[in-house]
Amino acid sequence: MTGTSAITVHGFVKRFGSLAAVDGLDLEVPFGACVGLLGPNGAGKSTTMKALTAQVIPDEGAIEVLGYRLPDDSKQARAEMGVVPQLDNLDVSLTVEQNLLVFAYLYRVPAGERRRAIEHALALANLRDRRASKVDQLSGGMRRRLLIARGLLHRPRLLLLDEPTVGLDPQVRQELWALIDRLRTEGVSILMSTHYIEEAERLCDTVTIMSHGKAVAVGPPQALIRAHAGRQAVEVYGSPARLTEVEATARRRGWPSRRTGTSVSILGGDGAVELDGERRVTNLEDVFVLLTGEEID
Amino acid sequence: MATSRRRLGRLERAALQGVMVREVVNFSSFWRSSTFSSTVDPTIYLLAFGLGFGSLVTRVAGHTYIEFVGTGIVATTVLFSGAFTAMYSTFIKYKFQHTYDAIIAAPVDTEELVTGEALWVAVRTGVYGCVPMLVAVAFGLAPSWGMLLVPLIAALAGFGWAAFGIFVAARVSKIESFSYWQSGLLTPMFLVAGTFFPLTALPHWAQVVGNFNPLFHCVQLVRHAVFGTEGIADLGHLAFLIGFALAFWRLAIRYMERKLIL
Repeated sequence: MTGTSAITVHGFVKRFGSLAAVDGLDLEVPFGACVGLLGPNGAGKSTTMKALTAQVIPDEGAIEVLGYRLPDDSKQARAEMGVVPQLDNLDVSLTVEQNLLVFAYLYRVPAGERRRAIEHALALANLRDRRASKVDQLSGGMRRRLLIARGLLHRPRLLLLDEPTVGLDPQVRQELWALIDRLRTEGVSILMSTHYIEEAERLCDTVTIMSHGKAVAVGPPQALIRAHAGRQAVEVYGSPARLTEVEATARRRGWPSRRTGTSVSILGGDGAVELDGERRVTNLEDVFVLLTGEEID
Repeated sequence: MATSRRRLGRLERAALQGVMVREVVNFSSFWRSSTFSSTVDPTIYLLAFGLGFGSLVTRVAGHTYIEFVGTGIVATTVLFSGAFTAMYSTFIKYKFQHTYDAIIAAPVDTEELVTGEALWVAVRTGVYGCVPMLVAVAFGLAPSWGMLLVPLIAALAGFGWAAFGIFVAARVSKIESFSYWQSGLLTPMFLVAGTFFPLTALPHWAQVVGNFNPLFHCVQLVRHAVFGTEGIADLGHLAFLIGFALAFWRLAIRYMERKLIL
């Protein structure tokens, strides 16, 4: 291998007209790691994901995937990685098994191994009982599992997951987390874009937080939390007037704070905050809001 | 690492096969309706014109009217099951189903995607194109050895129309815009092709325009294959169809790339 990383992105810029969707992004996915690309809608996550399959060509910067330089050698890189798109693009009039068969061909699984690859993918996605079902008869969670299984048919070393659990019920989301976690323990390198903070916090070794096309923070979730939000947050409830007052106090004292609907969270005070309120453990969401200035939906 | 560092080439067999396998597997779920519309439409034209109009006209260009229409209609079938199929299915696949996003995320380039799609449509038109001709045989068109060339001619023209359809689908931003191409271009071409009446029945300018119509060249090649070839003239017709197919193949790739690769 020419590099030690599954993905290396350096100074990636992509403009659409006068808008820079990605504006000088650096990103690193070491082999065997699960890296989260976290950011609000419009931060440039999808553009970045598409650049890794050469469906977006950079205006500036260098991208290397599995040691192949993109876009020139992207076909070889695509042959060795799996992609799970955000938009469900399964063939809905085909069965589960037929969908996998088609992609076994597209991913060039050798003829003698096709059967086994499909069985393996069905088992992994827990869809063996539904092999003969048409895709339009599957639940949303099953479809997403099938999408993941489809991306794993050729046993890729790297998996790109673009918002893998968007729009799913909490219960189904947890099922998928278990599946992703299993892949991670099997040593598959994973890059996952998400705007669910909890997902990144649970699954990712490191996260890159994106805002307006740039990485604003990089590191393991716990380290980022500690660095930006401290250990403890104080959540103060009260009337709008009271909350405004609390915010002013925090500003004066140099504590970062965020408004969360009916409360103000004071961050970074690490228990030194004498204000009355609920004390809670800080989380990645606090970091995200502090750094991107955007609330989570 | 066991994988070779070889850079993958262009127009690889494995990629074309992958694209076509997808089509074949999908086709297995809708072949009835597709076969119905692709063969019944032209057969109705054939019978309506052949039997209806044929009772008024005895001979056209040295042939009975059923012979004349039964061979000409092959080109119409190729147009219907080639261009229309490619236009609609391409548009649906890239715009609504996002199928193409999934395919080009695999080791398949746009060039291979477009080529594989057009080849598959060519196979279908090669088969469908013969159906109304066989119906005409049942109504008095004499079988001939030259008919064995008809699937090949239909497939070649079908490849060109498929590429044309993919090109159109890559040019429009909404499906309603197909109307301009259909009514403005395909319908006049369909009529000025020498299918239902010889081009020589038209004013001179229309005959000149007709010479730029791929349908006309397809009609001529099919008739000559069935009734007897005409040497150099047929090479000209063949060359036109090949040129048509090559030109739109490259155009389809170029414009589809603009849609798929940002």
